Amino acid sequence: MLSIKNLHASIDGKEILKGINLEVKAGEIHAIMGPNGSGKSTLSAVLAGREEYEVTEGEIIFNGKNLLELSPEDRAREGVFLAFQYPIEIPGVSNVNFLKTAINEIRAYKGLAPMEAKDFLARLKEKQKLVELDGKLANRSVNEGFSGGEKKRNEIFQMAMLEPKLAILDETDSGLDIDALRIVAGGVNKLKSKDNATIVITHYQRLLDYIVPDVVHVLYNGKIVKTGPKELALELEEKGYDFIKEEVNA
Amino acid sequence: MANEILSEQINKDYEYGFVTDIEAENAPKGLSEDIIRFISTKKNEPEWMLDYRLKAYRYWLTLEEPHWAHVSYPKPDFQNIIYYSVPKPKKQLGSLDEVDPELLKTFEKLGISIEEQKRLSGVESRIAVDFVMDSVSVKTTFKETLAEKGIIFCSFGEAVQEHPDLVKKYMSSVVPYTDNFYAALNSAVFTDGSFCYIPKGVRCPMELSTYFRINSAGTGQFERTLIIADEDAYVSYLEGCTAPMRDENQLHAAVVEIVAHKNAEVKYSTVQNWYPGDKEGKGGIFNFVTKRGVCLEDNSKISWTQVETGSAVTWKYPSVILKGDNSVGEFYSVAVTNNYQQADTGTKMFHLGKNTRSTIISKGISAGFSNNSYRGLVRIAKGATNARNFSQCDSLLMGDKCGAHTFPYIEIKDKSGIVEHEATTSKIGEDQLFYCKQRGIDNEKAIGLIVNGYCKEVLNKLPMEFAVEAQKLLAVSLEGSVG
Ligand SMILES: Nc1ncnc2c1ncn2[C@@H]1O[C@H](COP(=O)(O)OP(=O)(O)O)[C@@H](O)[C@H]1O
Ligand SMILES: [Mg+2]
Repeated sequence: MLSIKNLHASIDGKEILKGINLEVKAGEIHAIMGPNGSGKSTLSAVLAGREEYEVTEGEIIFNGKNLLELSPEDRAREGVFLAFQYPIEIPGVSNVNFLKTAINEIRAYKGLAPMEAKDFLARLKEKQKLVELDGKLANRSVNEGFSGGEKKRNEIFQMAMLEPKLAILDETDSGLDIDALRIVAGGVNKLKSKDNATIVITHYQRLLDYIVPDVVHVLYNGKIVKTGPKELALELEEKGYDFIKEEVNA
Repeated sequence: MANEILSEQINKDYEYGFVTDIEAENAPKGLSEDIIRFISTKKNEPEWMLDYRLKAYRYWLTLEEPHWAHVSYPKPDFQNIIYYSVPKPKKQLGSLDEVDPELLKTFEKLGISIEEQKRLSGVESRIAVDFVMDSVSVKTTFKETLAEKGIIFCSFGEAVQEHPDLVKKYMSSVVPYTDNFYAALNSAVFTDGSFCYIPKGVRCPMELSTYFRINSAGTGQFERTLIIADEDAYVSYLEGCTAPMRDENQLHAAVVEIVAHKNAEVKYSTVQNWYPGDKEGKGGIFNFVTKRGVCLEDNSKISWTQVETGSAVTWKYPSVILKGDNSVGEFYSVAVTNNYQQADTGTKMFHLGKNTRSTIISKGISAGFSNNSYRGLVRIAKGATNARNFSQCDSLLMGDKCGAHTFPYIEIKDKSGIVEHEATTSKIGEDQLFYCKQRGIDNEKAIGLIVNGYCKEVLNKLPMEFAVEAQKLLAVSLEGSVG
């Protein structure tokens, strides 16, 4: 589904990603871990098409398409979803209106007519339940005045509504209490299918108690320095990132 | 729904820029007592009206053009304007069949139906329209239906003929000709406009609307609107405006007066879409307007809602004099400027009565090289005990070549008065746009969404049909301004 080869990216002339290689197949959950500042958010931003980042080398193929040639909105329409580490507020625009617009834009891209109002409402109800989102939040302005945890949950709600092929969750667990964590993870697990894939970016192993990854990668200083099975996460938790740093710098 | 409409509208330029090929009868260019006599004679006016005009004219001659607003533009040449232009043939229009077919086409292009039947069947809320082209009112719909309730809705010219006592009593009572330069000019040369009287205890059953259009080249438009709501009356009034695209600047200097008696309520909504000039700032309408309402007696209410997207230069401060006790004044405004447009707009709230309340919500949006200023005055007079005002003035900047300015003036002469003022300035964020794009929404649509969200409090105040038009306009006006 996703194939990243030798990806280099920089911002303001400073190289952040220094040759990333990553293969994600449909049906898989990958975890990307790594210390602060290692480039995790940069990788997700580059995947989503944030213009500030310059890709200097390498390629990203997504379902046979060259992702780097697509605009951010077309990437989204192709099924790439990013749950933001810091979700943005859009005052005056209701979540419902925002999602309806997004869904219909994605449908238009695929040559489909706008979604029937009753189908939309049905989906809204179903997904709201799935992520245990308060109905009031759905009608409020996008993220405006939401608590940190509500914002994160709203990201997962949007993900559920948009049904992406590849979801990238950038530190969705940070700032969540244990109940919210369980709900968010539950949402991700319920949405898992053989046709979609998820990249879970996290700092802590905690989330991986709830979302069990097929593969764990360690990103350090702009490179994936270690890849292993889910047990790798436990090892990291135990030993901290220092042992990775030592290994790399040895 | 808003978004579907937005998507249809995106990538449109000023779509009302057509010229209707209608023969017009014009006065010679220029301004003099003779021209004023000519206008008055043409309109078959009584002596008192001519006297009023001449007084206003003589006073105007003593005035200097005002320069305090945060706008700059070439001084209009007042001798190079045609002050009277009438689409020919000018005869009493009894039925639709008698209307010039070219004129009907104009209506169609503007998207307003003067076929009352269509309105009756299709739209849930009905609108009566007075259509003013260049200087005169050409057609007022639903007059008979309204007359059954005792409501008078007609052109100003007709009101002078048919209801001289009402006109005499109220005209100039809110905006005297001595008020300012452009009010004096208007009082001297105004050619038509709308008149509306809602009798005691009557709630007007439909929206009343005036549609202003400047068509002829070289003309100025100077219309007057007078709205009177008698005791316990209610009316919602809409005003729309468009003009053809022309290279030269055209002057629009209107006066609107509103009087609300005891327990009466008047809602006045404007969607102002005069031609703003081209992308280089050539042409466009100079819009210098005096709008004021008086809450004359207790418990009355006047609300101004405006969406200002057009005009090259706008200079306009819809105001409320809160004379009656417990009276309420409101001002909800969205002002958009793009390219080289300049707007200096806001409101004045004069608290004279006890327990009077006013609310000001102003949303400015500037893009391109434009300048957008909010100017507001809240005055609480001595003896206006327990007066309250809440003001919120927000500015949204798109790009870094435009300007937003806020000039709030507050004068409190009574210690019990409370005035709250909040102001914010924000930039339309790359982060917000990217967030929308990441959800599959493209740049133009994202801007439409964000801007409409930003203006929501104001758009919500507009009657349904107007809100839809306003949303479209916002998107069109800001097209291509970011990204
Ligand atoms: N706009 C920027 N300009 C310069 N450096 C940046 C910018 N954004 C991120 N960086 C740098 O890139 C590195 C990686 O950041 P990030 O991808 O956010 O890391 P992570 O998500 O793993 O914590 C950090 O050293 C950070 O300071
Ligand atoms: Mg990060």
